[in-house]
Amino acid sequence: MTEISKNTPASELTIGGNIYNAGNAREFKTGDWRSVKPVFISEKCKQCGLCFPVCPDDAIPVNKEQNREDFDYDYCKGCGVCAKVCPFNAIEMKEENE
Amino acid sequence: MGIRERLSGNEAAAIAMKQINPDVVAAFPITPSTEIPQYFSTFVSNGQVDTEFVAVESEHSAMTACIGAEAAGARAMTATSANGLSLMWEQIYIASSLRLPIVMSLVNRAVSGPLNIHNDHSDAMGVRDSGWIMLFSENNQEAYDNLLMAHKIAENKDVQLPLMVCQDGFITSHSIENIELLEDDKVKSFVGTYKPEHYLLNKEEPIAIGPLDLQAYLFEHKYQQAEGMRNAKKVIAEVSKEFEELTGRKYSFFEEYKLDDAEIAIVCMNSTAGTTKYVVDQLRKNGIKAGLLKIRMFRPFPTEEIAKALSHLKAVAVLDKADSLNGAGGALFEDVTSSMFVNKVQVPVVNYIYGIGGRDTTSKDIESVYNDLAKIADNGGTDDFYRYLGVRK
Repeated sequence: MTEISKNTPASELTIGGNIYNAGNAREFKTGDWRSVKPVFISEKCKQCGLCFPVCPDDAIPVNKEQNREDFDYDYCKGCGVCAKVCPFNAIEMKEENE
Repeated sequence: MGIRERLSGNEAAAIAMKQINPDVVAAFPITPSTEIPQYFSTFVSNGQVDTEFVAVESEHSAMTACIGAEAAGARAMTATSANGLSLMWEQIYIASSLRLPIVMSLVNRAVSGPLNIHNDHSDAMGVRDSGWIMLFSENNQEAYDNLLMAHKIAENKDVQLPLMVCQDGFITSHSIENIELLEDDKVKSFVGTYKPEHYLLNKEEPIAIGPLDLQAYLFEHKYQQAEGMRNAKKVIAEVSKEFEELTGRKYSFFEEYKLDDAEIAIVCMNSTAGTTKYVVDQLRKNGIKAGLLKIRMFRPFPTEEIAKALSHLKAVAVLDKADSLNGAGGALFEDVTSSMFVNKVQVPVVNYIYGIGGRDTTSKDIESVYNDLAKIADNGGTDDFYRYLGVRK
């Protein structure tokens, strides 16, 4: 599978955009669809565990200690559901270019 | 060599499909193509083919099933007409953009409304920009022969495009004429087996077909389709040559009938070419230098070749069996005239919309076109170039 970008010439693209390997959804960085982004304020976080189950994009990594870490901005689309469920105001939604 | 038979156009198409023995046929009945899947389903019931016949609930599903089958790695075929093709429309574009070499028998019929089940070319003209290769057939023999050549063209790796073989509803599809069939084993070895490089049922290579194709890519993928269509021209010529060696029947991009030394000529497609040949012969007896250019390969369109073939004429009439309703002329007229223009061929051309909704086009009608052409040749042109042949005004 060759990496493709907006500079790849037609002669090097597969026909119909076919993808000749599996498990490649992770290569599609949907984070750039975001217009507002969640900002993680770790000092306010109590690790209650309410935010990561509601993330539709699995963009809140959880480590082996069952603690959440900072957002995975490659896939976070900025929907804001996590900020809504956080009881401790540990997630703040900000304009993307702020 | 060959088997002498007498078959209707639909029978000829069904026999071709039997001999091709595709993996999947998905079809829904619609006049006048109904007999094709009907005959074919009896071949399935009788065990004469190995095909999985999918009796779908609509033409949209017929094309969708063909797309799924072809993407899975199978050879898929279907048949339809008019509104059946209209219902397939969305999937017609999916088939060509996913580069799936599905082969369809299109039995041309007027697209309603008002409701009409008879022949014209409005169904085919509706999908002329959809990226399908389109071959037209004057009679049952050509419908049969074009189908036998279809897979070798469509599946060629430089092409990989779906292909439809057109014939005129009722006029050809339901008329029984003599035909020369090829033996089953010869068809089998000519058509060969389908070996796609990538296909969904290959467990060694899991793939995705038809993914999201946004601003950065769709343009290039359309360019690839256009390239496949341009390549098809060469492949059609090669396959036709190979077919000629096998059968002795010669097929080009178009047939030139007494065109070499003609002064006036008609350009048309499908069964009307038969009537026109008769008229040409009659006129020639009276010393009128009439000729015919019958298009077989409508997509891709042989622009340079057509311009060259018409360049020596004094007047040309393009006959369209469908109106584009654009206030300017039919689709074939536009293709022919723009081919001539870009190739710097200046010959007076006139367009006749004719035979809509199965209106008979008789030898008298065709003769009247040649009479008009003789006048145009004398006058050196006409401003009244968008005409209706024999319509009651």
